[in-house]
Formats: sequence, C-alpha cells, structure tokens
Amino acid sequence: MNSPNDIHPLTKKDFESDQDVRWCPGCGDYSVLAQVQKILPTLGIARENFAFISGIGCSSRFPYYMETYGMHSIHGRAPAIATGLKLSRPELSVWVVTGDGDALAIGGNHFIHAMRRNIGLKIILLNNRIYGLTKGQYSPTSEMGKRTKSTPMGSIDRPFSPVALALGAGATFVARSVDSDVKHVASMLERAAAHKGTAFVEILQNCVVFNDDAYGALSNKATRADAGVFLEHGKPLVFGKDRNKGIKLSGWSPELVTLGENAVSEADLVVHDEKAANGGLAFFLSQLENPQFPVPLGVFRDLEEPAYEELNKAMAEGARATKGPGDLGRLLNGGETWTIK
Amino acid sequence: MSTLQTTSCADQSAVMAKVRQVEELDNVVIRFVGDSGDGMQLTGNEFSKAVGEAGHDFSTHPDYPSEIRAPTGTLFGVSGYQIQYSSRPVFTSGDAPDVLVIMNPAALKTNLPDLKKGGIIIANTGAFSEGNLAKAEYKSNPLEDGSLAGYQLFKIDIAEFTANALNNSGLSKKDIARCKNYFALGVMLCLYSRPFDKEIEDIRKKFAKKPEFANANVTALTAGYAYAEATELFATTYQMRASAASPGKYRSITGNSAAALGFVAASELSGVPLFIGSYPITPATDILHDLSSLKNYNVTTYQAEDEIAGMCSTIGAAYGGSLGLTTTSGPGMALKTEALGLAVMLELPLVVVNVQRGGPSTGLPTKSEQSDLLQAVYGRNGECPVPVIASYSPSDCFDCAIEAFRIAVKYMTPVILLTDGGIGNAAEPWLIPDVASLPKIEVKFRTAAEGFQPYARDENLARAWVKPGTPGMEHRIGGLEKDFLTGNISHNPLNHQRMCDVRAAKVAGIAKDLPPTKVHGPESGDLLIIGWGSTYGSIFQAREKAAAAGKSVAQVHLRNINPLPADLGEILKRYKKVLVPELNLGQLSKLLRDQYLVPLVQLNKVQGKPFMVADIYDRILELC
Ligand SMILES: Cc1ncc(C[n+]2csc(CCOP(=O)(O)OP(=O)(O)O)c2C)c(N)n1
Ligand code: SF4
Ligand SMILES: [Mg+2]
Repeated sequence: MNSPNDIHPLTKKDFESDQDVRWCPGCGDYSVLAQVQKILPTLGIARENFAFISGIGCSSRFPYYMETYGMHSIHGRAPAIATGLKLSRPELSVWVVTGDGDALAIGGNHFIHAMRRNIGLKIILLNNRIYGLTKGQYSPTSEMGKRTKSTPMGSIDRPFSPVALALGAGATFVARSVDSDVKHVASMLERAAAHKGTAFVEILQNCVVFNDDAYGALSNKATRADAGVFLEHGKPLVFGKDRNKGIKLSGWSPELVTLGENAVSEADLVVHDEKAANGGLAFFLSQLENPQFPVPLGVFRDLEEPAYEELNKAMAEGARATKGPGDLGRLLNGGETWTIK
Repeated sequence: MSTLQTTSCADQSAVMAKVRQVEELDNVVIRFVGDSGDGMQLTGNEFSKAVGEAGHDFSTHPDYPSEIRAPTGTLFGVSGYQIQYSSRPVFTSGDAPDVLVIMNPAALKTNLPDLKKGGIIIANTGAFSEGNLAKAEYKSNPLEDGSLAGYQLFKIDIAEFTANALNNSGLSKKDIARCKNYFALGVMLCLYSRPFDKEIEDIRKKFAKKPEFANANVTALTAGYAYAEATELFATTYQMRASAASPGKYRSITGNSAAALGFVAASELSGVPLFIGSYPITPATDILHDLSSLKNYNVTTYQAEDEIAGMCSTIGAAYGGSLGLTTTSGPGMALKTEALGLAVMLELPLVVVNVQRGGPSTGLPTKSEQSDLLQAVYGRNGECPVPVIASYSPSDCFDCAIEAFRIAVKYMTPVILLTDGGIGNAAEPWLIPDVASLPKIEVKFRTAAEGFQPYARDENLARAWVKPGTPGMEHRIGGLEKDFLTGNISHNPLNHQRMCDVRAAKVAGIAKDLPPTKVHGPESGDLLIIGWGSTYGSIFQAREKAAAAGKSVAQVHLRNINPLPADLGEILKRYKKVLVPELNLGQLSKLLRDQYLVPLVQLNKVQGKPFMVADIYDRILELC
C-alpha cells in the first residue's frame, strides 16, 4: 500500500480536517488540537493508521477536526471502543480524547480498566474541572465548595486527581501538562506516542466560559514558575522564578523548602525517578496541589511493561502453535460424535 | 458389596437376561434430581449422550438453582436435568416425567408433583436421614410411610453402595461421596439397556489428569451397572425401539455451544476475523467460554469490565473490520442499549446475543423466559431500528448465528439474536453439517478512495465498510446525526427526517431476503398458532396431536421478528382464529396486533418453565 507519507512527508496541514472548529474563542482545546496536529506528522506513522476515538463533551469534538480515521462515540465509552479497535487492529495508532466528566464520571470504569490492562491507547484528558458541553456543572475534579448551576450552595463532593487515579489503577505512563504551555504539551504528547501500553496525559485546560482561570496561576507568566514544578527524570524537584525553591520529603509528607535557607541544598530534595517500579513516588507527587504546593508537570511515571495487545497476540500464536490453525470441519466434528448409518 | 467391583458385568447379564423381562419403549421422560452438588447435570448429560449414540432423538432441560451450592438438602437447592428420548423425533424435554431419579428428600418433595401417575421413582435412600427429611419438611419418611403407594418405588442406598465400592480407593470420604452420580448413571444405563464401555472411555478422557478420580468414577459406574443387573429389585429393564434418524454424524449440542460454533463458522465463511467482547452473565456465559478456547481460530475473545464495555469493544472491533459479537442476558442487554443505538447510527455490522432469562431486573437468572422481545425490537432511544432474529432450538442457534452475521454485513447493521436459557442450556442431537454445504458470506471492504462518501448507500441501503488503515479514505463517524452523504454532523431538519427514514427502510428491506413462511398443517382453517423461539417444540407437538384428533390447526414459527416476513399478514387472514403462545405476558401479540390489526388469542406463561404440550393442546381444544 502506498501511503501519502511515501510520496511527500506529512505536515500539520495534512491532519486538519475540512470541518470548522466550533469551540468557544479562547478555549484551551485549540492549543491541544494544534499540538496534536503538529506532532503526528513527525511520528513516522502513515496518516491512515491513526484513529481518534472520543466520548461526549466539548473536548470530545476533537476527532471531527482531525483528518484521520475517527469516531465521536457516546459519553464515557471511548476507552472501551478504542480497546476493541486496538485489540483487533494492534497495528493502528489509537488515540482517545476525553474530558474530566467523560473519563472520570460516566466513564470512570472504562478509564481505570484501560490503565489496568495496559492496552496501547494514548489517552488525552482535557481537564477543565467543569462540564463544558452541558453548560457548567461541577465535575469529579471540581474543587469542594465550587458554585455551579447544579451546586448553587457550593459543591460538597470531594474531587479526585486524574493522575492519582491513573496511578492507582496501575497506569504505566502518566503525564501532565497545561494547555498554555504548548511546547510542553507537545513534548508530553511525543512521550506518550513513544510509550508502549496505555499512555495517559492529563492536560489542564481552560474553559473560558464556565470555569475561566481555573489554572490561572499556572498559565500567568508572572506566577507560573512558582505555581508549577517540572518533573525531570533524575533531577531534584526545583522550581520558582529564581529556581531556589524545592520539595523535600519530611517523613511521608512533602515539605516546601528554599534552597540556601536553613542549610538546605539540592541534595536534600526529592529526586524524580519516572522509572521507579514502585508507584510510591509518583503517587506522592500526584498529591501536590496549588496553592499549598506547586503542581507537578511532566512525566510522573514511564514503565516498560508488556502491552495487552501483545500478550493477546502471543496467546493466539501460542494456541495456534499447540493446537494447529483453526479448521472449521474439525471444529464442527469435534467433541463426542456418533454416526448413524 | 465390594465384590461387585470384580464381578464381570457381561457374565452377569447373560445370567440375568433369562430371568428378567425387557420392555420395549417408544418414548420416555426421565428426570434426574438432587442437590446442586450431587452432579445431576453431569449424570443427565452423560445419559443423553448414551441414548444419542444409540440413534435416538432427545431433548433435555437442565433446571438448576441460581445458588452455586445451596445449603445441602434444602428445597431451594434442588437441581434437575430432564431428558425425553424416543424412537421418534423429539421436540421438547417432555411434560411429566415417567421416571424420577432422586438423590435426596428435597428432590422428591419438589419433583413428585410432576411425576406421571404410577411413574417410577428411583430413590437414594442413603440421603433420607432425619436431618434431610426435616429440611425437606417431611414429617415422616415418604419412602417408608406408604405415601408413595401409587408409584413404582425403587430404593437403592446409592451413597452406601458407592462408598463400599470405593472403600479401597484411597479417596477421602468427601471425594467418594462425589462419585455417587456415576453409580446412579450406571444403574440407569443398565436399566435402559445401554452399554457402559463408551462412558468408561469418556470418564478416562475427562479425568485424564486425575487418574485416581477416573478410576473411582469408573468403579462407581460399573458398580451401579452391576448392581442394577444383579439386584432382584428390577423385574423389568427397558429397551427403546430403534429410531429412524437420518444417517450421518451427530453430536450432542446445547444452544450456547451451537451459537459459538456458528459464530466461528460465520468468521470462516466470510474470511473476516471474529471479535467477542462480553461480560459474564447467566445463562449466556458459555458462548464466551466456548469461544475463549478457540483462539487458534481467527477469534479474539475479550472479557470486558462490564456489558457496556463489552458492547463498546464490539463496536470498536467492527469499526476495525472484524465481525463484532457481544453476548449477554436481560440485565446486560439493558446496559448495552445506549451503545447499541450508537452502532445503529454508525451502521456497523455486529451481533448482540441475548440469551433471555426471567426478568425484570435480576429476575430468575437460571430460568427461561421470552420477555425481552419488545426490548429487542424497541428498547432504545430515538427511532432506532435493529433487525431481530430468534432461534427455535439448540441446533438452530448454529444457523441463526451465521444468519445474524449474514444480515449484519450485508446491511451494515447491528443485529440482535434472541435465544433463551432453555435453548442455551438444553442439549439435543445435532446432525453435523458439511462445511462445503454452508454458503459463503460475502464481505467487501471498500478500498477505492475515488468518489468515496462515508454514508453513500448501495442497493440494500447499506453504506460501505471501510477499515481504518485504508489510505485516502480517512473520515469521521459518530453518534450525532450526520449528513446523508458525507457523514458530517448535520442538524438540518429534512436531513434528519431522511436519515431516520432510510435507517428504517434499510432494516425493513431485509424482509425481501426472507424465504416464504413455512406453514405446518392446513393452508387455511380454524386455527393458526404462531410462536417464536424456544416454544417451537411444545407448539409443534400440541398441533400434531390436535391434527391427529381431526382439528383444523396450523403452525407458523417465526425466526425473523424484525422485520416480519412479508407474507405473514396474508397468512394470518386465512384462519378463523390465531393463537399466540409465549413465555411472557404477550409481546409478540403486541407486535402482530400493531402490524396487522388482527384479533389474537394470547396464551402466556411466566413461571420460569417451558410450556407443557398439554398447556397448548388444552387451549387448542378450547378454541376449535
Ligand atoms: C449518557 C449521557 N449522559 C449525559 C450526557 C450529557 N453530557 C454531555 S457532555 C457532558 C459532560 C461533559 O463534561 P466533560 O467530559 O468534562 O467535557 P467538557 O465538555 O468539559 O470538555 C454531559 C453530562 C450525554 N451526552 N450522554
Ligand atoms: S464551553 Fe468551555 S470547554 Fe467548551 S468550548 Fe467553550 S470554552 Fe471550551
Ligand atoms: Mg470538562
């Protein structure tokens, strides 16, 4: 098969569909779309071998804008549909685009089981901490006390962290980025694309209409260096405008420290290890939140484990090796038979 | 008793043949009943194989509680397996049993009311302890107090004999007790003049990895057989008259196994891989089990995290170019509803099997019912047509499985296949088809990018099946209403009307492929009985009986329920009355009234039990 790549190298334009993008002006989803369209041509995969599957929500409109194979499915079920696709067609590059309500409320079950199985899906969660499409109800990631149309007196639901949830479900690749930092978004997407098994990327996304500025501190030039900490494998957790702040382990709890004060040096800080087989460090990091702590951005965890579709393929090959290839006549005539003359 | 082990059965039969009378039979209904842990399903199964091997037609009805091992001896823990076999064709597992093999008092208590007057009871006396009698709410021992005087009672201490036969086996008491069912099988094989050598072979195969159990079960079987031969208890043994079954190779098959084989066949006949994504649920799980052991075929099996995921993974697989299959029962079907609607919108070929059970909600998980018909036809949001077909017997599940995919790929649509717990678990002899005689299923994946429009349609109103990975045809589909041609989102009012109309017309158009409806009996007359699904056998026999009694009555049994056959309306008009027996409160009746505006007489039963032939026969007599 001759694919367009063989003839001319793919560009971002090749991944833009002819459909008008219908997100609100200023919506954080735009920048993520642009970054996805930018990195796909660089992956060396023919365009026809990409499939984008989404659920329902503003974020889930994503596939319509991608000139790839795509499916805008039903609320929460994209990981389940994508699993069937990937399992039956392991050679495809299958991406899931989802929202905080889609992935974590209605689709929570499929989300955790995708992580648990380690099936080769790239799952991008656009977390705006609100239900955008249904016009602004609180979501499983909204902070307590949040006032929305369905919580006029403030939400009494305790939120959870998508990163912590993914880690708890056994995800082998977990990363986080923020929509405003397009370079970082691109680099996280590239890392996810390179991962074998389920790759989960949470992107903190601004909904200008229903939850504007939810990540203001992380996006605002003046504050972002202090509000976030970039995770780098093998490096200590240093952050801040002056790169003089750090995170230290105090017992089992994080402690914010300033380098040079009280004789604290980089050697005292937590050193990131995304390859740690034990999930303790990654989970510890997932608990760091604004405003008390900086929000970790980057790869929390990246483990090399067999992917579900590989194991499945090996199982089928094993069955063929021991039982021989299928033969319908033999199958129908199997079991205990008798002949009547 | 231990001498029994060493006595040659063949020698004994030579001796006994002289003194014992052999009665010839044309038909018998036997029910094996015991605690759920007594292994009665196995005994029944093995017995049915033995009679099938003799060329007799049979039909079985396993009836077990939803508790895996209910407390022993309780009334609700009773598990039964009924078989009818005959020298003539058999259509049901039989109304009232002629013979009850009962392993404990609770089994007697719950099953005696069904036994024919004067019927045979073979009772395991060893289980009639005071405790067990109390659990079965007997004030005195019915085996001793004369209350069974109207029956032919044979008392055998199966527990004790089995224990004696195995006292040198080295097995624990508990393991020895588990061999009782093979002793009982041995007794029954002898009583019904079937050899046991094939069964010994089967036991050795079944327990190949545990030779000590194989030996013990063989010993129990032969001890039971020898006991039945030697004892003076049985003055008569029975011999079924030879059957005139069609020549060929047979195997015993349940509906679930037949469906699994049919789905593999559909994959082989189309050259398209099969993908099954399912979540375990009684009584459908065996299809998943069977397919899971066939990974050397072009089969991928996937146990999803729930029924929604089962359905959705199937959509993903169908999108990727596989035959998508998901199997479930009532509650699981409810969960699949939303995603099934998506499959209708996406126009992807897949099959959803609902092995119906008693509902609503968790209902009667191990009992059969036909109460999900309207759910299948109508149970989705929006105007959401789905073809519905229903199997009428265990072996028909094979053909229906193939037929379901034939429709699915030809019309690019999800298809619902309805069976039920009765058909799914019941076994009957199956004349194994010749693979070469099975028609191929034609599948065309579109690869020509030129002029491609995702929702352009062929003469059957089916859109093209395009696999992701095909160059130059990248496109998006989804659950939002889409443009008639491009498949892009469209909120245009007339486009929506057009799409609803075309989806309905596509499914309605399947009727043109259906063969003329078969009518058993007179072409016109006093009464037409119309049914669907597992009630086929009971209706068939009731009609035969009524016809023999001079009644003008015919039978139509529907396999295609959506769409209905085009000639059905005209057929309905040829009879003075129409009777619709169903194991629900009148669901096919509603569909028929709606479609044909004809008066109908309903016959409905929701007791977790199949129709007795008599239920239907009596109603026929009231009507004509
Ligand atoms: C079964 C079902 N229930 C409810 C809805 C309504 N609904 C659509 S999107 C949505 C929430 C979306 O929130 P999120 O996933 O965070 O996406 P966002 O719009 O914020 O990107 C809801 C409740 C639906 N489409 N389907
Ligand atoms: S409502 Fe919010 S999330 Fe949805 S498109 Fe508008 S800005 Fe984006
Ligand atoms: Mg959201």
